[in-house]
Amino acid sequence: MNQMAIAALKNQYKSFVQSMFDEGVLDNQFSQLQDLQDSSNPNFVDEVITLFCNDAERIITEMNRYLNYQNVDFSKLDSHVHQLKGSSSSIGAHRLKLACVNLRQASYERNKEECVEAFNSIRHEYCLLRSKFQFLMQIERRIVALENNQQ
Amino acid sequence: MGMAADSEFHVLAVDDSIIDRKVIERLLKTSSYQVTTVDSGSKALEFLGLREDDGINPNTPSVSPNNHREVEVNLVITDYCMPGMTDYGLLKKIKESSSLKNIPVVIMSSENVPSRISRCLEEGAEEFLLKPVKLSDLKKLRPHMLRTKIKSHNGKQEPEELGMPDEKIGFPSPKQEEQQQQQPQSKNNKRKAMEEDVSPERTRPRLNGITTMV
Repeated sequence: MNQMAIAALKNQYKSFVQSMFDEGVLDNQFSQLQDLQDSSNPNFVDEVITLFCNDAERIITEMNRYLNYQNVDFSKLDSHVHQLKGSSSSIGAHRLKLACVNLRQASYERNKEECVEAFNSIRHEYCLLRSKFQFLMQIERRIVALENNQQ
Repeated sequence: MGMAADSEFHVLAVDDSIIDRKVIERLLKTSSYQVTTVDSGSKALEFLGLREDDGINPNTPSVSPNNHREVEVNLVITDYCMPGMTDYGLLKKIKESSSLKNIPVVIMSSENVPSRISRCLEEGAEEFLLKPVKLSDLKKLRPHMLRTKIKSHNGKQEPEELGMPDEKIGFPSPKQEEQQQQQPQSKNNKRKAMEEDVSPERTRPRLNGITTMV
């Protein structure tokens, strides 16, 4: 019975990832990461996701802080966006990366209003991404639990 | 296939992004290299056994890095832009150091800026990789590491399989265009690192790129 449950979960995982690709939430870089996971590094994707989310939240909190100042330090803001853009790119978070590009542009133009708008977009994309990642990781953990039960 | 030889190669990866360090480490380990990751240029120099002010004043006998450096590093792969050190600052420091200048350095960057790429290559980088780095990009590293191994073993036997460089590069860079045009060796030889690893009947290692660069 476990075999069937495991297979069903794996399919669910696969379909969900595919939907994320279809929606543009993820791009090919995420597949590259999946390819790097193997039996000797079975938690690689999970670990990268966790690192990414922690880092992203730290950066988003910082950006929020900078944007709340009367006089926005655009260059500090930009260096944070640059970081988040880099991380997003490395994990394959496509839409989040694009949102970062928009904020970089607004920051470059020193347009606070547009920065706030772009930042809200980043926050939205990140929350969406995080909840989808959490869902994926839950499935993954259930698979691992079932596989461990078989041993 | 030479896989056993690969695990002799030790790569130092430098990146201030924790995610990028994680990914590059996995990529390098998957390619069978030993890996050390650090998060800054100054830590990289420390690991290489070089204090930051070494190599600047030629009159000061610098502390022999070999005393500090227990592990041989066969290649340094570093992010272009990191806080704390100016752009390609680590590259320059390595190339200016008498003890480290022969270590191949590869630059990674998230931005495809032709002038940046040229500048890095001119400053002595062997390769410029666009982020996010893929597994296939890492195939470009081996020839550079093999070349330095040949040199340090003083032109002993040629390694059997050096592998042809991958055909498709993915983004145009001056380096890649040069290779494809089969330029004569009198030009900037470092750029031709890739195409040197072709003929097995060479009787001596072709190290022109290193020995003629001052």
